Amino acid sequence: MNLEMFLKMQNELLLVVLLLAVLVGEIITSQKGKSKLINFTIIAFAIVTLIGFFHQPDGALFGGMFHTNSLIQLLKNGLNVGVLIILMQSAGWLKETLVKQNKSAEFFLLMFSSLIGLNFMISAGDFLMFYVALELSTLPVAALVAYNAYKRQSAEAGIKLILSATLASGLALFGISFLYGTTGAIYFDDMANLLQMSNLTILGLVFFFAGLSFKVSLVPFHFWTADVYEGAPINVTSYLSVISKGAAVFILTFILFNVFKAFSDIWKPMLYTVAIATMFVGNLFALRQQNLKRFLAFSSVAQAGFMLLGIINGGVLGAASVVYFVLVYMFSNLGAFGVVQAISHKTGKENMDDYNGLYRTNPMLSMVMMLGLFSLAGIPPVAGFFGKFFLFTAAAGKGYYILVFIAVVNATISLYYYLKVIRAMFLRQSENPIPYFKNDIFMKLGLATAAAGILILGLYSPLYEYVQSISNLIFN
Amino acid sequence: MDILSLFIVAPIITVAALLFAKNLKQSRVISLIGSLVQFAMAINLIFAYLAERATGNTAIMVFTKSAVWFKSLNIRYDVGADGITVFMIVLASIVVLAGVFISWKIKDLPKEFFISLIVLATGVYGFFISLDLFLLFLFFEVAVIPMYLLIGIWGSGPKEKSAMKLTIMLMGASALLLVGILGLYFYSSPDGAYTFNILEIAKVNIPAQVQHYLFPVVFIGFAVIGALFPFHTWSPSGHASAPTAVSMLHAGVLMKLGGYGVFRVAMYLLPIGAMEWSWFFIILSVIGVVYGALAAIKQTDLKYINAYSSVSHLGLVLFALLMLNKTSWNGAILQSLSHGFMTALFFALIGMIYERSHTRDVRELGGLLKVIPFISVIYVIAGLASLGLPGFSGFVAEMTIFVGAFQNVDMFHRVATILGVTVIVITAVYILRAVGMMLMGPVKKEEYYNFPKATWYEKTGIFLLLIPIIIIGTTPLWISDIIMDSIKPFIERML
Repeated sequence: MNLEMFLKMQNELLLVVLLLAVLVGEIITSQKGKSKLINFTIIAFAIVTLIGFFHQPDGALFGGMFHTNSLIQLLKNGLNVGVLIILMQSAGWLKETLVKQNKSAEFFLLMFSSLIGLNFMISAGDFLMFYVALELSTLPVAALVAYNAYKRQSAEAGIKLILSATLASGLALFGISFLYGTTGAIYFDDMANLLQMSNLTILGLVFFFAGLSFKVSLVPFHFWTADVYEGAPINVTSYLSVISKGAAVFILTFILFNVFKAFSDIWKPMLYTVAIATMFVGNLFALRQQNLKRFLAFSSVAQAGFMLLGIINGGVLGAASVVYFVLVYMFSNLGAFGVVQAISHKTGKENMDDYNGLYRTNPMLSMVMMLGLFSLAGIPPVAGFFGKFFLFTAAAGKGYYILVFIAVVNATISLYYYLKVIRAMFLRQSENPIPYFKNDIFMKLGLATAAAGILILGLYSPLYEYVQSISNLIFN
Repeated sequence: MDILSLFIVAPIITVAALLFAKNLKQSRVISLIGSLVQFAMAINLIFAYLAERATGNTAIMVFTKSAVWFKSLNIRYDVGADGITVFMIVLASIVVLAGVFISWKIKDLPKEFFISLIVLATGVYGFFISLDLFLLFLFFEVAVIPMYLLIGIWGSGPKEKSAMKLTIMLMGASALLLVGILGLYFYSSPDGAYTFNILEIAKVNIPAQVQHYLFPVVFIGFAVIGALFPFHTWSPSGHASAPTAVSMLHAGVLMKLGGYGVFRVAMYLLPIGAMEWSWFFIILSVIGVVYGALAAIKQTDLKYINAYSSVSHLGLVLFALLMLNKTSWNGAILQSLSHGFMTALFFALIGMIYERSHTRDVRELGGLLKVIPFISVIYVIAGLASLGLPGFSGFVAEMTIFVGAFQNVDMFHRVATILGVTVIVITAVYILRAVGMMLMGPVKKEEYYNFPKATWYEKTGIFLLLIPIIIIGTTPLWISDIIMDSIKPFIERML
């Protein structure tokens, strides 16, 4: 191990250092110092995030088990920024609720562990590393989901997540074992060369895909989503819906494009069907949700369906549109979730009807929410429009016009329910609206970052150009 | 900064300034200044355009400006204008300006109202000047979304439902449009150098088979906002629920995007498809024309009368475009302009009457000519213009359309034209019926005598819209010359 090798996994190592620092900090600080520890951790994590943006060497480590390049680094930076926004949005909640219960530091420990897992997962060069990282990223989240220990729903959600996650990784592992059995290889590169089309390998692909579909919450593997999202604390929900989903979509793209390159005739029809099912189920179930967390859960199921339109392209354009959309989606969803978090923390209200007349009392929050929802719905000029347009372009580029049409129809359906929230906030008035309240500085920063991302990511084209220029790196 | 990009920049600056406005007074002054600037720019644009043509510039589009936006997908910021664009921009700027005057006394959330109004205007200007399909699509949606808030927040009646219906239907149409645009993009080049630029795509011969599938998709995508039967249902309810200024913009400008898009994109880029499909859409548009007029007869709500009349008049625009000859195309553009001013004027007047009487039901009104003579007289004038009295814009436009349509000698076109012509009679029926019930006769209620006179801002709004109607009606030739000149590339491509 020399310095250069360290640099290649700098992000992971820095996170581990930070994690240990928080652990030590937790031990040595008194009860009064806890809220300072929270500030310290968020600022330290911001610094870690910032470091990630400086150039880092590409290449592989440990004989190819771990590899990194600009595209992967970009995604890692994206995940870091996302987690940073989530942490900023949760600062108030941590200080006011969790410090009393004496488990504020553990929140960071668990979230960082999971983030490290995701980092390793997208950097994985073989199935073993992939699997270990997948587990590392999932298990801490199960604990986080059940964090509201005195809420029955939260505990239930934790159990649901752990059960479905176990089943999912079991399925994936089962699939991997088939692939390993036929090729004798565990590395992605070797396997790509050795894989022959046979019933066994196709079965392997299907099981593997099913396993990962749980993580991305594609239909028909989405059943855990709504209950878990509703039961979990909101910041954990946003973590699940944005960070962990984004990373999973990326690794799914990576493995389909590389390991199963020769199988595209198999997985393209598969994605086609799953994409349609996912969009319709996500959207139609979202229509009638009253609870905003459930609502955003189904909306995020539908969004995952849209992402498949990029993957189905199978080329550089597809990879670029998926990565770009994941980044856009992250900011959009975090904008929306941030507002739900702020309001739920101050007032405990999470239902759509509670938002009636919100604009008249809290205009700034409503504006951020509107930006986030418009971006999710794909309304110009915010980033979501560009993200969706490029996804559709990617799919249409390979002649999937019918699929694009179905997707755009779904985008229109989704507009209906996003507008329902806008309707509550702007159009309606309420007898007892949510009163005006002030947010703490971290919350404001978190919302402002998300809003800035939503506005800039689309209109400022060099960002997409950059993603596009490095997207050929997805082919190993 | 080039002369066209200013039409996007000026409204954006207005919106930015509005963000700092504190009350109604500041908001309306800022929006008034903003829309006055746009109005001046639009008038200036006519002269600049004439001057440019006078110098011998015969390019299809003048004042072009091109900049790369998304390089890898070849998405560009391409703007340009021909005669049609210029007039559309003038129409939009006048209606917006009149809209600001009419909304002078808006009570609830004035700042937000004017911001939405100006954002809508930005979308409309951007749509008209775009030469890049991506840009055009973007501005299309920018123009539609503010309608939701405008109707939903400041509207009346079942406003939530109408706003939702309008937004979802128009966005659903844009779904079709998106598929169509992507299709055009991927057939714009045989060797992978795809482009969204309209002028570039026009140089490529898209295979007839592809045009056959693409044309109806793009056509319907645009025609929904142009109130093509049976996709017009968003329009009457949207009008009825919208506040006055929004009805004006909606009918006066927003619905024009449909005809313009059909002409500029669907027909210009897919000429073979247009010829193949024209019979089918002619049938739909004739149904729309007649049905809209007949429906207007039965309505009792003033806004519904005018909403259905819009369906009928705009059906005539699509009808004329599909007749595929230069006279009828000229008529279609004239009709777009004429209807824009006329309907905006109608809705402005209806708003004024409603503000005083708090009803839009013609059966409850009566004798208004005695109590608010100014508004009533203008209403009569607008009505006469609408039913095509010579001297006003409606006559010029409809005359040109039917003369053009009659040039198609085959049976099908003749029958369609004759059916279409009946609308002139039906229009007279519903206009005169409304005028008779509402303005003539005894004053129905005692309190009508207390109606305030028209205020200065109302009068300004009215004259802004009335003058162009008279200008088009009395001196149509220079306008139709400019339009004719701009139709040339279409003629070369299709006839």
